Amino acid sequence: MKKIILAFMVLASIHGVSVQQLQAQKVYATKTGQIIFNATGGVEKIAAANNQVDSKFVDATGQIIFGVLVKGFKFENQLMEDHFNENYMESTQFPKADFKGYIKNIKEVDLTKDGSYPINIEGVLTIHGTGNKVTTTGTIQIQQGKPTITGEFSIKIKEYGIKGLYIGEKIAADAKIKVNCKYQN
Amino acid sequence: MLKRSIALLIITSSFFLQKAQAQNVDLFSEQNETESSDITTGTFKASRIVNGQSIENVGAGVLDFRILHRFGALSQGGYNLFGLDQATMRIGLDYGINSRLMVGVGRSTYEKQYDAFLKYRIIRQQDGNRHIPFSLSYAGTAIYKSLKEATTIYTPYVSDKFSFAHQVLLASKVNDYISLQLTPTLIHYNIVENKTMPNDFYSVGAGFRLRLSKRLNLTTEYYHRVDKLNGYYDPLTIGLDIETGGHVFQLHVTNSTGMTERTFINETTGSWSKGDLRFGFNISRVFTVRKPKELRGIQF
Repeated sequence: MKKIILAFMVLASIHGVSVQQLQAQKVYATKTGQIIFNATGGVEKIAAANNQVDSKFVDATGQIIFGVLVKGFKFENQLMEDHFNENYMESTQFPKADFKGYIKNIKEVDLTKDGSYPINIEGVLTIHGTGNKVTTTGTIQIQQGKPTITGEFSIKIKEYGIKGLYIGEKIAADAKIKVNCKYQN
Repeated sequence: MLKRSIALLIITSSFFLQKAQAQNVDLFSEQNETESSDITTGTFKASRIVNGQSIENVGAGVLDFRILHRFGALSQGGYNLFGLDQATMRIGLDYGINSRLMVGVGRSTYEKQYDAFLKYRIIRQQDGNRHIPFSLSYAGTAIYKSLKEATTIYTPYVSDKFSFAHQVLLASKVNDYISLQLTPTLIHYNIVENKTMPNDFYSVGAGFRLRLSKRLNLTTEYYHRVDKLNGYYDPLTIGLDIETGGHVFQLHVTNSTGMTERTFINETTGSWSKGDLRFGFNISRVFTVRKPKELRGIQF
C-alpha cells in the first residue's frame, strides 16, 4: 500500500514539473525564411537566394532548425542554377540541406519584450549529405512580439564533399551565407 | 482501498503519458511534413538537341544569343578541305518570357530564311507531391524564305514564302545520365511545286542524351519522315555538348544543311551512306536581362 502511495507521489511530482515546462515551451515557426549565399570568386557573380526556408525554434530550450530544398535557390543566371544543381550540389541525390542546433544563450533573450538581442548559435549544418559543426553569432530582433533572426557565417565548400573544377577560382573556396527569418508565433 | 489506489495510479499515469507526449518538443526528430514538388531540370543541356527543339526552355528573363554554323560536306574531298571552305549559318536570339514560355527569332544564310518560334511548357516532369514521369511542350515555328527566286510565270505572294512547323515535344529524363525525347511534327508549306503534292508533311523525331561527365554530353537526333519529298533523306545528327560556365558548345556531325525545321527535317540533301556529312557547331551564350523576382532588392 505504501508503495502504491509512494509511486503515486513520484508520478504526481514528475507530472507537476512537466506541466511547468509545457507551459513555458513555445515553438516559433516560419516557412518563408530567407537564406542567401555568395560564392563569387572571380568577375562573375555567383550568388543565389532561397525564400522558402523552413525554420522553427523553441523558446525554452533554444533548439533551432532550418531546412531548405537545394533546388529552391534562385540564381540570376538559369544556366548557373542548372550547373549548381547538377554539377556541384547533386540536388537529385541530396535534395535538402538543413541545420540543427541550439541558441546557446536563449535565456538572455526576452521574447515578450521588443528589442534586439545578440545570440550565439551552435549546431550541425548538413549540405550535400555531409554534416559539419558550425558556430556563429546572430541577432534576434523582437518586433510586436514577433522574432526575426538574422545571421551571417562562412563555410568552406570543400568540407561538404562538393567537388568541381572552379572551386577556389571562379567559385570562391568559402561561401558567405546570410540568414534572415521572420517567425510567426 | 487498494482499488482506489489503483484507480489513482491509473489517473496519474494517464496524466503522465499525456504530459510525456506534449512535452516532447524535439525539433530534431520532427519529419518535414510537407515536401514541395521537385521539378526535373537539365533533361537536355540546351534549348535545342542539336538542330531541333529540345524540351528545355531558356529561363525567365534570360536572353540566349545563339550562333549555329555548318560546314560543307566531308565528301567534297581535299579541294574544298573536306567541306571547311563552305559554311552556312544561323544567328538567333531566344528569350524566356516566363518559366514556361520562350520565344525566338533567327536568320539563316540558307535561302536567306527568317524564322520565329514560340515554345510553351505544358507539363513538367516532377517528383515530390506529384509524380509526373515526363514533360510535354509545344513548339511552333514560322519560316520565311526571303531568297529571290528566278522569274516564273507565277508571281508568288508574300504568304507563299511562309512555311510552318508544329511540334509536340515529349521528353523524359530517365535518370541523371539518360534523357529521351519524341517529337511528332507537322510541317506545312503555304505553297508547293505542283497540285499533286500535299501541303502538310508529318514526321516523328527522336532525341537522346547520354551524360558522359559533368560537362560532356553525347546527343543524337533523328527525324523519320512519314510523308516524304523525293530526293531528300532523313536527318541524323550526332553531337557532343560541352558546358563551360555561361556557354554551351554543341559540336556535331550531321547530314543536314539548313537549321530551320522545314529545311533540316524535310529537305536534308545529304546522305550518311554517301558520306555527305557536315561538321557543325552551335554556340550559346546567355545573358540575364531581367532578374528573377526572388532576387530583386537583395544585397549579396
